[in-house]
Amino acid sequence: MNPCGGDLPGVLGDTMPFLCGGAWITVQATLGGMVLATALALAAGLAALSRRRAVRAVARVYLEFFRGTSVIVQMFWIFFALPVLTGYRVAPLFAGILALGLNLGAYGSEVVRGAVQAVPQAQREAAVALNLTPYQRMRYVILPQALVGMIPPLNNTYIELLKATSLVSAISVGDLIFESKALINTGSDRVTVMVLVMLFYLLLAAVITLCMRTLERRAARMVGRDVAAFRLRLKGGH
Amino acid sequence: MNTDETPWMIRFDKVVKRYGDNTVLRELDFHVRPGERVTLIGPSGSGKTTILRLLMTLEKVSGGLIEVDGECLTHIRRGDKRVPADEKHIRPIRRKIGMVFQQFNLFPNMNVLRNITEAPVRALGRPRAEAEAKARELLDMVGLADKALEHPSRLSGGQQQRVAIARALAMEPEILLLDEVTSALDPELVTGVQDLLRDIASSSDLTILCVTHEMGFARDISHRVLMFDQGQIVEDGPPEKIFSDPAEQRTRDFLQAVIQT
Repeated sequence: MNPCGGDLPGVLGDTMPFLCGGAWITVQATLGGMVLATALALAAGLAALSRRRAVRAVARVYLEFFRGTSVIVQMFWIFFALPVLTGYRVAPLFAGILALGLNLGAYGSEVVRGAVQAVPQAQREAAVALNLTPYQRMRYVILPQALVGMIPPLNNTYIELLKATSLVSAISVGDLIFESKALINTGSDRVTVMVLVMLFYLLLAAVITLCMRTLERRAARMVGRDVAAFRLRLKGGH
Repeated sequence: MNTDETPWMIRFDKVVKRYGDNTVLRELDFHVRPGERVTLIGPSGSGKTTILRLLMTLEKVSGGLIEVDGECLTHIRRGDKRVPADEKHIRPIRRKIGMVFQQFNLFPNMNVLRNITEAPVRALGRPRAEAEAKARELLDMVGLADKALEHPSRLSGGQQQRVAIARALAMEPEILLLDEVTSALDPELVTGVQDLLRDIASSSDLTILCVTHEMGFARDISHRVLMFDQGQIVEDGPPEKIFSDPAEQRTRDFLQAVIQT
């Protein structure tokens, strides 16, 4: 049933099937959280730049609320309190993804806002001079250029999200941490299990970084920029 | 002065522009006829570029109003009150105006062809094939037919500025605003861009408003020269008069200073 074979020798054979199962749940929580966080970050980041005060206010409240309270509290609310208040019960993994997406999406919205604001004003002016609508300016001129600047800080956000998925174990989702605790409680070697768990997280973080670097290179090529030169300039700027 | 048969293309009526405590334009009045080519000269900070930016709706007036082709660009009538114009009101008027910037401002996320076709496709709703055919014609005209698929960053400043000119013309404006379009260019590239603009000016009936420090170019291209100082017009006349026999001391001083540099 499990891709990590149970025919490994000794302690690995005993623990890997469980840890792989847990890692798979961690991956699901991370991917789900990333999708939700990215969508919310874009929506709230752009809303924060709206000309309408009410729209900006909504973005602001979202940001302050979900950035200012801890993920685990949000998770508990969605998982334990919401069913009591609304009568709807959500699956534990889904509650976890929801909390992670809402929380990291709040951080991400600041990344989006910053990157959009960093696109030179002259670009917006050129788009006005060509009579593009405010939506078209954002969609075809500003956002594509802002993308390059968003990717490195979003890489941080996604890795934060990956690590924060460990909190879903608190609402009994069988992720890496949940499984490793179970293994230790049932007598597996503490040190081995913890080393393996650490390696799993490192590996997943490396995969995220690899994907983001690739994306960054492609986005930079799209705006005719060389990533190496761009990074150098960023460093020089600080 | 003006008769009913020759309506103004551009009319500034007591236009005031302030940035904080700094008043850049003081109740400025001036008119431009259709097809007229007007150069604005004067010391920096005298408000020339501000005039272009107000016309392009990149800035809002602090007072007074601007009309373009008989329509008010800055305000709309609501009941018996005049309120600042919104995007919806501005768009059809702004469609008549194109602008070329000092720093070109090409879009780095698009190749040369796309830079030229994007606005006709999005803002005018032209079919992409038609917009591309037109763009290639314009590129041919500005001498860059072979650069259509290049990225802007791979072009020289002069080439980028020609693309920017083609991009502005692709929108078929009636008014073209030129904001120090050769100031950011290496000296050897200036002539090419100026020659191009001279050709465009003489072969079209575009109304042109041009801010420049190149007096030779101003003399060639314009029907009329406006000398600005401290947000007001000091002298207004044909280039032959202004450049050879200015009436005002301030104009003489300015021209002296420009020629010396």
